Parts: sequence; structure tokens; C-alpha cells
Amino acid sequence: MLFIATGAVGAVGVGSVAWPFIHQMNPDASTIAAGAAIDVDLSAIPEGSSVTVKWRGKPIFVRHRTPKEIKEAGDVTLAQLPDPQADAQRVKKPEWLVVIGVCTHLGCIPLGNQGEYDGWFCPCHGSAYDTSGRIRKGPAPKNLEVPNYAFASDTKLTIG
Amino acid sequence: MSGPSTYVPKSAVGRWFESRLPIMGLMHSSFVVYPTPRNLNYWWTFGGILSVMLMVQILTGIVLVMHYTPHVDYAFSSVELIMRDVNWGWMIRYIHANGASMFFVAVYIHMLRGLYYGSYKAPREVLWILGVIIYLLMMATGFMGYVLPWGQMSFWGATVITNLFSAIPLVGESITTWLWGGYSVDNPTLNRFFSLHYLLPFMIAGVVVLHVWALHVVGQNNPDGVEVKNVARDTLPFTPYATVKDGFAMICFMLFFAWWVFYVPNYLGHADNYIEANPLSTPAHIVPEWYYLPFYAILRAVPSKLGGVVAMFSAIIVLCFLPWLDTSKVRSAKYRPVYKVFFWLFVASAIGLGYLGAMPAEGGYVLASRLLSIYYFAFFLVVMPLLGLFETPRALPASIADSVLKNAHSAKA
Repeated sequence: MLFIATGAVGAVGVGSVAWPFIHQMNPDASTIAAGAAIDVDLSAIPEGSSVTVKWRGKPIFVRHRTPKEIKEAGDVTLAQLPDPQADAQRVKKPEWLVVIGVCTHLGCIPLGNQGEYDGWFCPCHGSAYDTSGRIRKGPAPKNLEVPNYAFASDTKLTIG
Repeated sequence: MSGPSTYVPKSAVGRWFESRLPIMGLMHSSFVVYPTPRNLNYWWTFGGILSVMLMVQILTGIVLVMHYTPHVDYAFSSVELIMRDVNWGWMIRYIHANGASMFFVAVYIHMLRGLYYGSYKAPREVLWILGVIIYLLMMATGFMGYVLPWGQMSFWGATVITNLFSAIPLVGESITTWLWGGYSVDNPTLNRFFSLHYLLPFMIAGVVVLHVWALHVVGQNNPDGVEVKNVARDTLPFTPYATVKDGFAMICFMLFFAWWVFYVPNYLGHADNYIEANPLSTPAHIVPEWYYLPFYAILRAVPSKLGGVVAMFSAIIVLCFLPWLDTSKVRSAKYRPVYKVFFWLFVASAIGLGYLGAMPAEGGYVLASRLLSIYYFAFFLVVMPLLGLFETPRALPASIADSVLKNAHSAKA
């Protein structure tokens, strides 16, 4: 009994000393602060083009979609998709697609307006995404992630 | 095999010291009178070569750290400073960069030698597993070292490899964030990789001590794979026989090493790593260092993220189970005619996977990677267990001495 009690107290002690040494590797306060929200001016992005902004060290693709691209994204039946998600679930305004530009396979940056689905193509291991940023082909398991964002006005987008 | 020390200090000071710390006696029994099988061939010199390579890497590494700056804004330019401004910096860095490759050349030969001559079998299981641990530590060290120059391949290699952990269900994302110290590979990542790249070689050195210790408990395997029966007939003392042979092999290996350093120092690297890291642009074609290519090919052969990661790590972990997967009573491939064929097919598949790992992941390359990956695993999981049951080995020599003397006879005749 005494051994078990001693052991238990010892384990708690070791654990509470170990935790600061493990937790110090998580993002520090300055990194978290630098990851605060950013604004993007939408008036500078004409229809059919996209911009890449850097947020939390990652590229964010902001794409001003054409009616054709919106239609392509909406016409897909969900059963065809590896990670089924309707286009309407992924956008707040159909003409604006906002996704984190990091391939969900192993973190490379997909190239825009390439691949057989008119979306993105990842040069590293061949994943292809459609005009809604959904995975269509290749080893990536998930759709391009949609960050938190809001339209502060008709021409201003806030990401984060 | 190394019994109680027979070391007798010659001087009074030596006797005084030996009775207080018997380290000279330990050295004497480990590296002077230690009995080595008399039939060892040159494939047995790579252990010594590897020890020298570890020392070369530690020495050049310590010197490079005197000039390198582990910060995303300065790392790339500090490496250029080493190349252009530091006295002899170019040579020391080329020795370190190519030394990593030479270290892996030597370790692959060392491992294949063990695989061919059955050096992993009882009673050498722990010795073998310690070797696998050293190999894993080497891979981690090499990977983190490649990140430090902060070129494009450094950055994107780090991104791809750390993202492997995101494949783990539930906790994957938290683990990658923890590894990065941020939301992506960035300055905190570079700093910790630098810290660990400095630490791991000393951990390797520690496990090497255990590896050599385990070796000296069970004794060396040998090309015939029969145990030493009579120390006087079957073995020769380490010094001068093994010392001189190891020394000669080391000099030959150093000539090979020097050729890379002085004639083609950048051949084994990648041109993209002379472009500073850019988090917003992935190079068209990411390739790891050559020594990881077979495993990279296995990763890409599996059409699922988690599956690929599991297959890649399994390809290394399976080595730990080798002593129990191989059911053959005979150690050396010299006496296993069928195993010998499968062994060379395995070597070919590993080299083939290495080639495919450097090729783009498309079309026929993917199909070939799948076939070779299947053989890679089948060799360990199917061939090894079954061959022991079905193969008829050739007759073993009665002893090491018999095998050597028979050779001498036939050479004379």
C-alpha cells in the first residue's frame, strides 16, 4: 500500500515536471498573436482571378469565381466526391471561394487553374482539386480547408 | 567471448591507475586481445568505418555550428558565409554534407551484410535491434540536418515529413502543431531541429556503445555463420589482424569519400536547395535525400494518406522482427542456395524503389512502386518464414578453422 501511494505521488510529480517541457514546444504567445485576423481588399480582384495572401505562415487562396466555375462546382453529385461536401457549404457568397492553400495530403501548395477539374493541382503527389477546392483525384484525403472568414463589407474580407 | 581481462600494466603508475579504474584493461580486452573469427571478410570492416564516420560528422558539425545561425532570416546566408568567407568553410561543409551520404552508404552495406550472413539470428537479436535503433536515429538526424540550410528542399522536405504525422487519426493535427511550434514550418521549427540535430549524434554514440557491448558479449558472426568452437583454432586476436584490416578498409573508404567531397560535392544534393526557402511556392518536384528514396517510394505507392504513412514506417520497423521472422536454422546465405536468390532480388527491389522514389508519382512509376513494395514486404513476411521450412541448406563446415583450411587446400590444389 505504501509502495503504491509512493509510486502514485511520484508519477504525479514526474508528470507535472514533464508537462512544461512538453508544452514549451506548442506555439508561443507571440506566434499565436501573429496569427490574428487579417483583412483583404476584394475590389482589387477581378472576376476569374485569385489572390494568395499569407496568414499564419500559410497561403490563403481568395478566388473570384466566374459563373462557369460556380456552375461546375454546383453540378457535381456528392456521391462522386471522396470528401462529400456541397459547394454551398463551402462558400458564403458563391462568387468568392476562400480556402487554405495547403494540400491536405502532405502540405505542399497546389498550383491554381491547373489539373483536370479546373481548380488546383498539387505538383508533389498529384492531388487534383475542383473549383470549390474539393479533392477529386489523388492521395489527399480531404477538401482544401476553409478558414474562418467574414465579409466586413462588400469589398473587405476578414480572415481569421 | 571476452573473458576476464588478461591485461597486465607495465608501469607502476599503470598498476596504480588500473586498480582504481580498469579502463586500460577494458580497452585491451575489447580491441587488442579480443578474439575475431579468422574467416572474416572485408564486409566486416564497415562497423569500424561507421564509427569513424560518426566521429567525422560530429567533428565537422561542431565546427560548422561555430558559424551557422539558426534563424529563418539568417540561416541561408550563414551557410553561404560558411561557403565563401569562413576559412576552409567550403571544405568542412562539403565533408559534413557528403559525410552524411557516406555514412548511409556504409550503414546500408553494413545492414545488407547482416542480412546476407544472418547476423541478426540468435543470439544476436538485441545486437541487431540496437542497430535498427541507430539507423532510425541516423534517419532523424539526417532529415533535421537537411532542414538547417533553409533552402527550398529544406523547407518543403520539412513540411512533407512533419505532415506525415497529421495522418494519425484524432491527434494528428495537434501533433504537427506541436512539432512545428506554430501553424506551419517556421522559425520555431528551425530552432528545435537545430537543437535536436546537435543532440541526436551523441545519442547515436551512446547506442553505438551498447551495440559494441552487445557484440562483444555474443561475439561476431562470420561468413560461414558457424559459432566459434575453439578460440585457439577459430579466432585471431583483434590486434594486429582486425586493426590492420579495418585500417586498410577505412583508408579505401576515405579515398571514395574524398572523391565526392573534392570532385562532385553537390552531386548528391539538390539544386533547389541553393534557393532560399519560400513558404508560398512549392518546388515542382520534391525529392528527399537519396538515402530515404526507397521509403518515399513506398509512401507514395499506397493510394491512401494514412496507409502510405503506415507502410513507410512499417518498412523500417519490420527489421526489428527479423530474428523471429527468419525460421531457417542456417545463418549464412553461403549455405542457403534459395535464400541467396531472394536476397539479391530484395537488394534489386530496394534499389528499384530508390530509383522510383526520385521519379514523379504518375503512371507506370506508381505501378512499379507498388509491385516492388509488395516484394519488399513479402521478402520479410512471406519468404523469410517459409524458406526456413522448405529450403534444403548445403552442408555446414564443422568449424570456422575447417572451412578456412579447406579453402587453403583447394587453393593449393
